[in-house]
Parts: sequence; structure tokens; C-alpha cells
Amino acid sequence: MSALPHLLKKEFRQIFRNKAMLPIIFVLPIVQLLILVNAADFEIRNINLIVEDLDHSRTSRELYGQFEASPYFRVVGAPATTREGLDRLDHDKATVFLRIPAHFERTLLATGTGSLALDINGIDGQAAGLSSFYITRIVADLNRNIVVRERKGALQTAGRVQVKERYWYNPDLEYKNTMLPGLMVLLVTMVGLFLTSMNVVREMEIGTIEQINVTPIRKWEFIVGKLFPFWVIGLFELALGLTIGVLVYRIPVQGNVGLLFAFAGIYLTVILGMGLLVSTRTQTQQQAMFVSWFFMVIFLLMSGLFTPIENMPTWAQNITLFNPIAYFIDVIRLVLLKGSTFSDVSRHFGIILLFAIAVNVLAVLSYRKRAA
Amino acid sequence: MTPTATIVADRLTRRFGSFTAVNAISFEVRRGEIFGFLGANGAGKTTAIKMMSGLLMPTEGTAMVGGFDVSTEAEQVKRSIGYMSQRFSLYADLTVRENIRFYGGIYGLKKAVLNERAEHLIRDLGLDAEADRLVGELPLGMKQKLAFSTALVHDPAVVFLDEPTSGVDPITRRQFWEMITAAADRGTTILITTHYLDEAEYCHRISVMVDGTMAAYDTPSAVKSTLGVHTMDEVFLKLTRTSP
Amino acid sequence: MNAFRAFILKEFRHILRDKRTLLVLFGMPIAQIILFGYAITTEIQNANIAVLDRSRDVRSLELTRTILASGYFTLNADVRSYDQIEEAFRKGRIKMALVIPPDFAAKLQRGEADLQVLTDATDPNMASTLVSYVNAIAARSGAQGKPPGIRIEPQMHYNHNQASVNMFVPGVITIVMLLVSAMLTSIAITREKELGNMEILLVSPLKPLVIILGKVIPYLLLSMVNVSTVITVGHLLFGVPMEGSWLVLAVACLLFVVCALSLGVVISTIARTQQVALMLSLMALMMPTILLSNFIFPISSMPFPLQLISNIIPAKYFIVIIKGVMLKGVGFEVLWKEAAVLAGMTLLFIGISVRKFRIRL
Repeated sequence: MSALPHLLKKEFRQIFRNKAMLPIIFVLPIVQLLILVNAADFEIRNINLIVEDLDHSRTSRELYGQFEASPYFRVVGAPATTREGLDRLDHDKATVFLRIPAHFERTLLATGTGSLALDINGIDGQAAGLSSFYITRIVADLNRNIVVRERKGALQTAGRVQVKERYWYNPDLEYKNTMLPGLMVLLVTMVGLFLTSMNVVREMEIGTIEQINVTPIRKWEFIVGKLFPFWVIGLFELALGLTIGVLVYRIPVQGNVGLLFAFAGIYLTVILGMGLLVSTRTQTQQQAMFVSWFFMVIFLLMSGLFTPIENMPTWAQNITLFNPIAYFIDVIRLVLLKGSTFSDVSRHFGIILLFAIAVNVLAVLSYRKRAA
Repeated sequence: MTPTATIVADRLTRRFGSFTAVNAISFEVRRGEIFGFLGANGAGKTTAIKMMSGLLMPTEGTAMVGGFDVSTEAEQVKRSIGYMSQRFSLYADLTVRENIRFYGGIYGLKKAVLNERAEHLIRDLGLDAEADRLVGELPLGMKQKLAFSTALVHDPAVVFLDEPTSGVDPITRRQFWEMITAAADRGTTILITTHYLDEAEYCHRISVMVDGTMAAYDTPSAVKSTLGVHTMDEVFLKLTRTSP
Repeated sequence: MNAFRAFILKEFRHILRDKRTLLVLFGMPIAQIILFGYAITTEIQNANIAVLDRSRDVRSLELTRTILASGYFTLNADVRSYDQIEEAFRKGRIKMALVIPPDFAAKLQRGEADLQVLTDATDPNMASTLVSYVNAIAARSGAQGKPPGIRIEPQMHYNHNQASVNMFVPGVITIVMLLVSAMLTSIAITREKELGNMEILLVSPLKPLVIILGKVIPYLLLSMVNVSTVITVGHLLFGVPMEGSWLVLAVACLLFVVCALSLGVVISTIARTQQVALMLSLMALMMPTILLSNFIFPISSMPFPLQLISNIIPAKYFIVIIKGVMLKGVGFEVLWKEAAVLAGMTLLFIGISVRKFRIRL
């Protein structure tokens, strides 16, 4: 009879007996998904806008009204002076400061051109860019209204290219649909990497590993015994996350869930193998968690979860080719949101399988039952 | 090599960098013998035991345990030995019964045998009431006795005990030695390290280690008479003083 | 006092002897800042697109050329049908597809022609940004004879070139300090408990408060060294501006470090094993901080309950302070409220940990 079932029984027992860890493994991720998915939202809404209207004309009031009606802006006041408006920008009381100069309407109607001054807090570059885009659109609409009104419908549109956009796979631009799958990857990876890397080192720190090493347990039995429970937990968390996503957030499941789990199964062996590798190279749990954290942060930042990989310079994009998290995030979004099939993601499968083999071979080689 | 010898060490050596922890020690231990490794902390006892139990690669020399070479057949050696270290080796978050079954299971005991042994062991230790309690909750002496019994659960030919009695009260220590003697009587070979000199008297033969070498190697009374002293304390003082 | 010094020296030796941890400790902030400075950016460049040109006339080819010449897009797929566009999306090869309907030039001549823009909205922000780029280019390319109208003169404040590194540096500083101060401290103290060393220390004549201080002070110094590194690298290498006073910045960092350290001590009084301490720090501290502190995601867009929760995240206040000092050049005359909140939280955490520690004794 192999030693493996006994090892597995022991590991599962230890995990499930740890009253402090259980809620952390099973409850915290749920709470995180329930709460933080709402937080992980890049969508720019409710931008705090202040308007200084020195014109007090029909046009300026119309413009004001359009901003009030827009879901992107929240008009939070009208400063008495320009100085006060800029002060509010300084104090983060407002993000965008729109100034309508005196005689705006008169100039516009007389010369055909009027200008508006716009002050934007540009610290978040992307948000600032989008704010400016939304404002441009609102102003363009107003522009057209005025032209239609003043020239009695004789709108000159010769040569206009009318852009008609379609948002595929996520027509309502729901950020949750993007972030939830990404956060699931994050959770599965964190739990897998940290728990494995600390688990083996813990036995070293407490001293029980020595007792295991004098037994005839084979290396692969020990490693499989250590990794399998976390593999199961990882897949379980994924299933849990997916259930929450579908039931609570109604994220679409376009593709084959089996395909997703097949990929996750291979992916987890990569992550767990990495955890094991870390633990064979460290002596204390503190070190193990620190080294894991280091890799985790780098992998995470380069994963395309928060910022698209396409935005990166070529050298950085080349680094992401070796980032397992990037592949999983890609696959989970492709399969869940776009319904990609195996043939669409076969390249991802091939690469992750290679990673799995390489990492685990390395891990097995560097785990030693006997000090040289 | 005597036909009944289960441990044979021949010029066994271990160096860490330029430091020689164990320097060419040679000895034999017979079947059913209790062999004591005595010496101060850092004398090389633990290093020697780690080499013989396959935890540490010897730098030079050979050791045969149960007929297998520790350098080249470590895994076969591991099948025939039990080991109990000075650090507590049972899982504090598993129960008494779970620990015994786990270690027995690792050695591939059949389920029926395993159950029977586990129950037998629990009864022998008088732990019936505590069998399903977590090991972490047991008193230290009981933990050590349990660790020893667990090291014997797969009926090994040789048991290595590394400072098994450190920190244990005198009564438990006494009971512990009764268990060791009983095991030896059943034919198990025992190699034990200790720094309690009075425990040397329980051993059939002893070796006193000083700075990685064997300064004495014989029965306790022979060692005493060779050095012309009456107590183990004196043996120890005499041997350590002569060392450079 | 002598005992105290000896104790701190011991802690320092522990930390400095551990080469792996040190490497990560000092290597990570630098690696992070370099990644943020060079690699992580929200500015879109070279987004992969496909073009399905059903007209293939002078105007459609010209439009395609103009769009591709903008530098935002790279042509990455040769498509001849909608099916192929969909396949390219499913394989994740493109983020956007332009479809130019037949008779583009003729329609343009008559007045208005459509340009279909299909985007992969699985990343909503990227999709909207791409659409806004195409809109801008299309407006420019077809602008002949467009009626005059309202011009907007947008002015970006505090971050003139909209560099993402300016936005991320405060975040990185915060995360690094939390990591070193809260996480490492909680694990270091829990480690002593797990290995049983804490009992030895507690029976020693050192007072519990002294023990905790001794544990904490080395990490405080390490955090400050780390923060200095991040700020220096950000300032010198990436030109992150430093508009305000260095002194105000130093005081603010110190305040936050003490706050994070006291949080670490609180965690260590709860956790009994290092694993628990780690998971608690990660799940209950790091994740909420990353997500709810305005570091990456704007709090103002979040649902109201989350906006409420974000108020108990210390990092939120610290990020306001640090952005204020570095990018806007304001001082405590503006930021005193945030500083007061941080100080209050720190006192609360210290109070909790002192209480908890007494109970254990």
C-alpha cells in the first residue's frame, strides 16, 4: 500500500483542523468577491465638476443642464471666483473646473467661435483623458444643436465621418464582467502560492520534516501529498467564485466551463510547483512568504489585470510571455466572456503545460530528503 | 563484521566546510543491543545519527545499517529504521491515533495490521482516554513516550534516538528507559544519544564522543575501569579534560 | 535602556542576516517603481486592430492610413469577413475592428458616411478610450466644411503630460510601507509566538511595551529607508515632481509608518501562527488597501457602501496627503484633516494592541 493516501489524509486533516485558517481560506475570498468586485471599477462616473458661469446666457445654462444630465458628471457647485474654483481643485473637492467666460454666447453667435476654459486634475491620466473626451462629446452635441437652431436646419455635413461604435461581448461596458474573472485568478493564485510555499517551510521550522525524511516515503509521494490538497482547494475556490459571479453579478458564461477548469487544473500545478520551489529555497515561513509576495506582485502587475499588456513597451511585453498569471487571465476572459473554444486557446494550453512540467521538474529536483 | 552486527560504521566522517563534525568514527552495534552515544553538546552525536539515518550524506567512510549502505542505499535503510529526534516530531494538530496511523501508513503497513498496532500501542501507553485528543495537548513526557512508540510502529530493526529524554522529568525518564529495554529485549537494536551521564548505565555499551572522535568505546563498567574511575561523571571529566 | 538597545540590535541582526528577505525588501520597491515607470501604463499604444474595408476606394484607404498612422493602433489581423473578425476577437488577437461599409467615398461625397467601430468591451475602459481616439481622428479627417463652433481649451493640472507614473508612485510608496511595516511586523511577532520565544521574552525583565517597541523600531527604520528609495528613484529617474516641502512629506511618511506598524501589532495579537498573520495581512489589509484607497480605482465611481468602507482605510488618507505634497505642492494647512484622521487611527491601533497584549499576560 502506497504512503500517498496517508499523506493526503494527514494534509487535509491539518488544513481542516486549523480553525484560524479555514475562514481565511473559504470565507474571506467570498467576502472579497462580494465587496471588492464593486470596488475594482475603472469606469469613470460621477466626476466632480464645478462650473463658473460668467455669461449667464441661454447657451451657458443649456450647457450647464447637459452636464447635470450626464451620468459621467456630478455638478458639485459654482465657485464665486476663478481663484476659489482652482482652490477647490487643489483641495480635491472637484476634479474638473469648467469656466464659461463672460459674453460667451454673444461672441459665439457673432463670430461663430466661442471658447470654454477647462481645468482638469490630471493626476489620473486616463480618467482625465476620458473626462475630456466626455466633455468634448457634450459640447459637440451642443454645437450641433446651436447650428441647427441658428441656421434653421441647414446643417452642412459634407464629408463627415459618422463613427458608429459597438461594444462587443460586454455591450453595457460592465466593469464587473472584466474584473471578476481577473480577481478570481488573483485569489486562486494567492491562496495556492502562499499556502504551499509556507506549508512545507512550516514543517521545516517545526521540525517534523526530519521525521518524514527518515521514512521511506518517495519524493513524488511527498510532493503530490503536499500539493494535491491545495490543488483541490484552488479549484474549489474557482468554482465558488464562478458561482458567486454568475448568481450575484450575472457575469456571462459564453464558453465551456469544463475547458476553463481544465486550464485552471494545469495552471494550479504551475503555481503550486512554484510555491514548492520557493519553499525548498527558503528556511523560514517569513522568507517564503516574502519571496512569494515578490513574485506575486511582479506577475500581477505584468498580468494585464489592471492595465492592458498591449500598452507596455515591447521588452515588457516579452517578459509577460513568461508570466503564467497573464495566460490564465487571458484564458478566463476569453472563455467566459467571448466563448472561445479549445482551438482558440490551444496556444495558451500548450504554453501553460510546458510551464507546469518545467516548474515541477525543478521543484522535484531541488527538494532533497538528505542534506548533501 | 560480526554476523549479528546490525550497524557497522567504518571511518565515518562528516565535514562542514573546514570544520570536521565527525572524524573517522568506527564501531559496531549488535542485534538487540542498546548502544549509547555520549558526549557534550556539539561533540558530533547528532551529526553521526543523521548520517546513519540517511538525513545527511557522509563526507568519507561508510556505514551499513541493517545490511544496507547509507551512502548508496539510503531509501532501503529508511525502511528498516525508526527515528526519534530531539525536536518534537509528532504533529501537534493531529490526534494521538491519527499520528500513529499516519506514520504507520507511511511505512506501508496494511490497514488491519495498522489498526491493531495502533490500538495495542494506545493501550500499552495507557492513552485510551486521550486517543482522540490532539497531541499538542498532551504533557511533554507523554508526548515523548508516544513519539518513541510511534518510531517503533513499523517494527524496525534499528531505532535511532537522538536526545529523547531531554527536558523530561525523572519518573517519565525511568519509564522511558523501561520501554527502551523492552524493545531491545524483543530484538530491536537501539542507538541512543544522551547527555545525561547516569543514563549511560542503562546501555549495554557506550561510546563517548569528544570533538567528533570516539574517546572511549566499550561497556560502561569497562570504560570506567580502563580509566580507573568510579562514576560516569568522572569518565566524562577525564576524557574532556585530556582533549585539546 | 541598555537592555532596550541590546534588544533592538538583536532584531536588526535577525533582519540583516536574512539575505533573502533583505533582497526582496530592498529589491521589490525598486522593481515595482521601474515596472510602474516603464511598463505599467494606462496610456494606450499599439492596440491591435483589424480593418475590414468593404469599399477599398480612395477615401477609405486614406482613412485607414490616417488611423494607423496615429500611433495608437497596430494592424494585427487580415480579415475578410465578420466571421474572421469574431475569430480574431475570440483568440484575443485584436481589441478593435474597423469596418468600412461599401461605397464609402460616394457616401462621403453626398454628406455623411458611416465607420463601424467594433471593440472588445471585455476591457470596458480600453474600449471606450479606443473609440474616443477613433472619434477624434475621424472628426479631424472629415473636417472640411464643418461649421465653426465652440472650442474647448482643456488644461491638465498637476500632471501635465498625464504620466501614469505620477499617479502610481504614491500608491507604490503606500503599498511598500504597508508591506514592510504591517505585514512583516505582524509575521515577525507571530513567529516569536509560534516558536515559543515570546514566552522567554515575556518572562524576561523587559516590559511588554519595550518588547513590542524593540520589534517595531527596526522595521520603522527599514520602511523609511525604503520609502526614501522609492521617492528618490521616482523623482530622479521618472521625474515625478516634488512640488511641496520635503519636511512635510517626511512627517507624513513617518505618521503612516507608525500607523501601519501599530496595525501590524494588532494583527499579531490576533494571529497565533505565521500563516494566519500572513493571510490576515493579505486579505484584510493589502487587498482592501490596493482596491479601496484611490490607488488604482477611483473611489468616487464606487457604490455608496464601498465609499463608506473606504473611509476606514488608512492608506486612503495617506495617498491624499502624499499626492497633495508631491504633485500639488500643498502643506498641512490643506491636509491637516487627513493627518488628524491618520493620527487618530494610529492611537486607536496602539490602544487596542496594548490592551490585547495585557490580556494575554
